[in-house]
Amino acid sequence: MIRFLRMKPGHGELLLAEGDRQVREDEERLVEEFRRQLDEGMWAAVPTVNSGSGRREAQMIRDYGEIPAGAERVIFFPRASGG
Amino acid sequence: MLLALLALSLIALALAAPMLAREARRWRKQRSDRRAAAENILDVPFYDPGRERRAEQRARELLRSCVNDEEWGMYRDLGFIRVEGRHARRAADGRKTRAPYAYLVYPNKPIVAYVPETGQLLSEYCVEFPDLGGGSGGRTRLPASDDVLAKWMALTSDEARVIRRANMHLVGRQLDPARLRRDLWRLAEWERRRAGGAVSRSSSR
Repeated sequence: MIRFLRMKPGHGELLLAEGDRQVREDEERLVEEFRRQLDEGMWAAVPTVNSGSGRREAQMIRDYGEIPAGAERVIFFPRASGG
Repeated sequence: MLLALLALSLIALALAAPMLAREARRWRKQRSDRRAAAENILDVPFYDPGRERRAEQRARELLRSCVNDEEWGMYRDLGFIRVEGRHARRAADGRKTRAPYAYLVYPNKPIVAYVPETGQLLSEYCVEFPDLGGGSGGRTRLPASDDVLAKWMALTSDEARVIRRANMHLVGRQLDPARLRRDLWRLAEWERRRAGGAVSRSSSR
C-alpha cells in the first residue's frame, strides 16, 4: 500500500490517495492523482534510507515510474521559490 | 417680481446641479462601500484558534517520521536542523568525517550555509514553499514543521535545485549573525551532551 500525502497551509498533511500499486484500478487512480499534483505545481518526494550510510534522506520524484517499489508514501509539497 | 424670483431660483438650481450630483454620487458610493464591507465581514471564515496548532502538531509528527532521530532531537531541543551538504554526504558515506559545509534549516526563515569545522557563516538562502493552489482560506504558508520538512526533503534529494531557486544573500540580511553563532554553540553543546549520554549509557550496560 502506498499513500499520497500533501502538505497544506492550515492543515498539516492531507491524505490525497492511497492504494495498492499492484492493483490496476488503484494504480490508475494513483497515476492520475500524481499527475494532477505535479500539474498544480507540487514537488513530490519519497522519504528513503541511504543504502550506504543508513541515514534517512529524501528522493525527489519527477515521474510516477520513479517511485521506489517499496515506498509507503509520497509527500507532495509546494515547489521552492526565492523568498 | 415673482417672475424674477423664479428666474433666479432656476439659475441657482442650474449652478448647484453639478455639486448636488457630485454629493449624490458620493453618498451612493459610501453606501455601497458600507454594504460591501459588511458582506466581507460575513464572508470571513470562522477563525479557529486551535487550527494552526493542530496543523503544526500534525506537521511535527510527519517531520519526526521522516528525518533521522538525531535531526528530530535537534529540532525538538534547538528549533532547527542541520543538514550536511550533498557533496559532503557523498564523501562521508560510510565514514565518520566532518562535512566541509552544512546548512542550518530554520522554520520559515532562510537556510544558512556554514563550515562546521570552523563555524564560519557562508550565506543565507532565502527560500519559500508557498502553496498558491487555494483552498486554504487565503493561507499560503506551510506550518513551521512542514516548512522545515520541505527544506530537508529538497536539500537531501536535490540540493542544487533548491539552492538554485533560492535568493542568496550575505549572512545578516534576515538572520542575526550573533544569533547564528549562538545557535552553533548551542548545537555543539547539544552534540557534546548527546555524545556524553550515549557513552554513559553504553558504559552502564
